[in-house]
Amino acid sequence: MFTSVDDVSTRLAETGYLASPAVATTVFLAARLGKPLLVEGPAGVGKTELAKAVAQVAAARLVRLQCYEGVDESRALYEWNHAKQLLRISAGRGESWDEARTDIFSEEFLLPRPLLTAIRGDEPTVLLIDETDKADIEMEGLLLEVLSDFQVTVPELGTVTATRRPFVVLTSNAGRELSEALRRRCLFLHIGFPEEELERRIVRLKVPGLGQALTESVVRVVGALRAMDLRKAPSVAETVDWARTLLALGADTLDETVVQDTLGVILKHQDDIQKAAAKLDLDTL
Amino acid sequence: MTAVADRITGLVGALRAHGVRIGTGESVDAARAVEALGLADRELLREGLAATLLHGPGQRTLFDSVFDLYFPRGVGGPREAPGDRESLRDRLAEALAADDRALMGRLAAEAVDGLGGYGSSPGSDGWSAYQTLDRLRPQTLLARVRADVRGREGSGAGFADRLLDDEIRGRIEEFRRMVGAEARRRVAERRGRDEIARRGVRPTADRVDFLFADRDQLTELRRAVAPLARKLATRLAARRRRAARGAIDLRRTLRSSLSTGGVPMRPVLRRRRPVRPELVLLCDVSGSVSGFSDFTMLLVQALHDQFGKVRVFAFVNRLDEVTGLLDHGRADPDGLSARIRAEATLTGWHGSSDYGVALGEFAERYGGAVGPRTTVFVLGDARTNMSDPNLPAVREIARQARRVYWLNPEPRDRWGTGDSAAPAYADLVEMHECRTARQLSTLVAHLLPV
Repeated sequence: MFTSVDDVSTRLAETGYLASPAVATTVFLAARLGKPLLVEGPAGVGKTELAKAVAQVAAARLVRLQCYEGVDESRALYEWNHAKQLLRISAGRGESWDEARTDIFSEEFLLPRPLLTAIRGDEPTVLLIDETDKADIEMEGLLLEVLSDFQVTVPELGTVTATRRPFVVLTSNAGRELSEALRRRCLFLHIGFPEEELERRIVRLKVPGLGQALTESVVRVVGALRAMDLRKAPSVAETVDWARTLLALGADTLDETVVQDTLGVILKHQDDIQKAAAKLDLDTL
Repeated sequence: MTAVADRITGLVGALRAHGVRIGTGESVDAARAVEALGLADRELLREGLAATLLHGPGQRTLFDSVFDLYFPRGVGGPREAPGDRESLRDRLAEALAADDRALMGRLAAEAVDGLGGYGSSPGSDGWSAYQTLDRLRPQTLLARVRADVRGREGSGAGFADRLLDDEIRGRIEEFRRMVGAEARRRVAERRGRDEIARRGVRPTADRVDFLFADRDQLTELRRAVAPLARKLATRLAARRRRAARGAIDLRRTLRSSLSTGGVPMRPVLRRRRPVRPELVLLCDVSGSVSGFSDFTMLLVQALHDQFGKVRVFAFVNRLDEVTGLLDHGRADPDGLSARIRAEATLTGWHGSSDYGVALGEFAERYGGAVGPRTTVFVLGDARTNMSDPNLPAVREIARQARRVYWLNPEPRDRWGTGDSAAPAYADLVEMHECRTARQLSTLVAHLLPV
């Protein structure tokens, strides 16, 4: 899929995803070792974007399983199409039991869900299991078989093994501690807040209209806010939002009034705003 | 390739010695990663090994220190002869002003080489980061670097200028870390890598002894409160779910069996009344154990929505309620102990802790806080400074409460030594050793009422 780590970064950059060396290395290894990639990190640093970018680079189909509390086998793996099975049974009245039984449990009546879809596909696939921490612990057990052997067992049909291993990305916000067994099967990547230099490049890429000096100041202020121990530290997404806001307001330098007026774009809690204003010597209202 | 394999297994061994759980499968993956990445680029190698060997973000700092020992940047001292202290300071100031990390790394190597060596006979000599930093005093460069940067950018231009001091402080801190890593590397060359990797590297924050943690480690611990609380909340919820599937309710099973002709087809389980347990915390906040109490208070506060009522009391030799100071959102964890000391009456005639008086005061003034639904946690080292331990008060509290647990941050073999009244208290209430955040989280997960 990739020839070298540099290859990963350049090709990801072409799709508009600027990867840090850690991200590029881990993606390269995941492709090379054929292991799933577990990505953790705060919200808004581009965990899901990474999977999308990889899919785009590899010209692969993106299959997404969005986890939520209560997601189960029938939502994640496969389900029998009961309505269709009933129709089939009533249509074939008069046929023997054996015929009906073998027929209604065939491929035609199977509704594949994301995990099965990703495994059965012949074309290159990127399987994104998003927000794994939101799913219940039982769901993890289900993932273990899929992630270690890339196979799924359907009792009526037998075991379906992947002909072509999908590139698997799991994301987690660390809302719940994932089990050790699941972690063991994955390469672990923690995407934190980017280095200043990288963040400048991201802002320049996403908000090209913003002046050089202003970009620099924006990144510095956001960096200082992150060091402040707030309830919700601003993420890359917030930095970009802020840069866009400043561009829309037509500001050409940062000054007290501008920062004060727009602090709500980067900080989402009232006490965070107050704390930051005190620390940045803004006159609070 | 065998040399590299040895390195990897050595690295894995050192990480395991620090409590990181790594299986053979991961070691093999690490070796495959090295094969795929090659040995040319050290930073790629670092990321590759981290991706294959680690399972959580908390282990990264530890990994980086150990990695620096097993895959060092170079061998021996820097090639050029080290300059004297003044020239080093000059060049360091420039590097700090330009934020040039590579140059800072080279200067750290030179500084350790030139200023950090001690001892002359082989076996007792070595390199000390402490000595290097003490002689170099990088923190005194702040004003100079600031002037330098301002001069370069035009005087005090722009809003971000007010962040400059903090940024420079961050860079100096980074330089100190580099010096530490460099000194460890040089010592490891002399003393053997494995030994230094096991003993010279700071353990992860959750395995640091509360009583010996320094300020940085305590800050790091406080940051870990929220994720830890989330983890504990899930575990508590699981315990609650299990507990809710209680025993069979015989009366109702028989009653419902009448509809099936007396055959109990469907057992009816006893329904638990959802009573949310109450929690009372008695915390010794005197100097010796304040790190431990602070951390525990924050942890319990973070878990507050799991309980009907949480009340927190702090004492040194007088006792006062501090629940209000821990209010959610208001709590600024860094200044917590200072605030508690400023706003609550905790000391009487003297400043050393007195468990007898404090516990007596609790039983007398706040006896009503403890009821049959209450679980009481006492946090402290039970060192009474030779005064009366006041066992009747403890007995009284234990009689009223549902459960009383005592968490002691001292190692078990030191209980009862000197002025410790731990054994006497341990006879009355359940006492647990609780020296590290890891022990605390296991205890909390087991002991918290459901």
